[in-house]
Amino acid sequence: MMKVRFFELAVGVFVLLGIGALFYLAVQVSNVTDYHDRDTYEVTGYFDNIGGLKTRAPVTVSGVRIGRVVDIRYDPERFRAEVVLAIRSEHDYLPMDTQAAIHTAGLLGEQYIALEPGGDYETLQDGDEVMFTQSALVLENLIGRFMTNMGSD
Amino acid sequence: MTDAIASLGRSSINALAVFGRAFVFLLRLLASLDVVVRRFGLTMVQIYSVGVRSLVIIVVAGLFVGMVLAYQAYITLVNFGAAEALGGVVALSLVRELGPVVTALLFAGRAGSALTAELGLMKTTEQLSAMEMMAVNPYRRIFAPRFVAGFVSMPLLAAIFSAVGVMGGYLVGVGLLGVDSGAYFSQMQSVTDWNEDVLSGVIKSIVFGFVVTWIAVFQGFNAQPTSEGISRATTQTVVVSSLAVLGLDFILTGLMFGAG
Repeated sequence: MMKVRFFELAVGVFVLLGIGALFYLAVQVSNVTDYHDRDTYEVTGYFDNIGGLKTRAPVTVSGVRIGRVVDIRYDPERFRAEVVLAIRSEHDYLPMDTQAAIHTAGLLGEQYIALEPGGDYETLQDGDEVMFTQSALVLENLIGRFMTNMGSD
Repeated sequence: MTDAIASLGRSSINALAVFGRAFVFLLRLLASLDVVVRRFGLTMVQIYSVGVRSLVIIVVAGLFVGMVLAYQAYITLVNFGAAEALGGVVALSLVRELGPVVTALLFAGRAGSALTAELGLMKTTEQLSAMEMMAVNPYRRIFAPRFVAGFVSMPLLAAIFSAVGVMGGYLVGVGLLGVDSGAYFSQMQSVTDWNEDVLSGVIKSIVFGFVVTWIAVFQGFNAQPTSEGISRATTQTVVVSSLAVLGLDFILTGLMFGAG
């Protein structure tokens, strides 16, 4: 009887350890909390050039993450890239004339979308379009422009 | 000339026959899985001997793999001034690859070989036939509980390995090499995804657990009932299951992370 009790205890501790390890991986190692942004609304932005932006990239206001990029397409009628942003529903205060810009975290880091609120009284709703966008900085273009400027001097 | 061709043919037929027997064995195993619910005590004792007693080697290996990983990644990363990315590198490589694969290799060596030797000896001393004589189904009484125990233990062991490895990386990265502790974890959280990375690793470890225990139990069942046969079967278990794990890992990685 004692023997069975010992096996039960040992296996119980083992299973708890395993589940604890999974829980640790969920909370401490991965960003499982990000999955809580279920209630979102989607707005669309059209960019001339998205650089290296990828889906799931963060969408921020003043550096605070409020959503993520959910889809990137090419719009053949406007000849621009169409980027769909999912923003958490509690952030429903963004004015109509909010500006969206593609920034880079650090010099070579990942790209994300930075929103800059405007002054309009109306706010962005689900399905709206961000009117003012700013493309990603493409390093090659910058270098090219720098070279031509140098040459003309 | 014809002899050579005939021997090739014979070995192909033998290989196919082993595959067939292994598959039939698996089907019979799956058909007798209800014993796990009916007599859970049998499975529990096996989880103890397969899972709990592998804990020490898994924890120690995880700790050292995490620490070495942090060391090596730091040497490269610091050249680019990206030492803060250490946490992400350690966590991703552990959760996606090293956790499941190294755990499965250790598991094959620690638990798989023991299973094969035990079953092979049972067969050699005719315990299995004796059971059949007494109308006890060895699939239910012996094979199924061991199979399920391995299958259940592997994902838990792999999760423990990854978690301990992350802590080992923390010890070396933050304690020894002076990476900022907040940066270590925030970087880790920003690159590691629950669905794509952690769950893929768990799925991998479930597949590996299935394959390794299947091979181990089948090799024991299929062993030649001699002392030499048992030793050959035990070696085969470790070799075949290690190769199977590495090959499957390549395929699974291709499926999970390749197209994206």
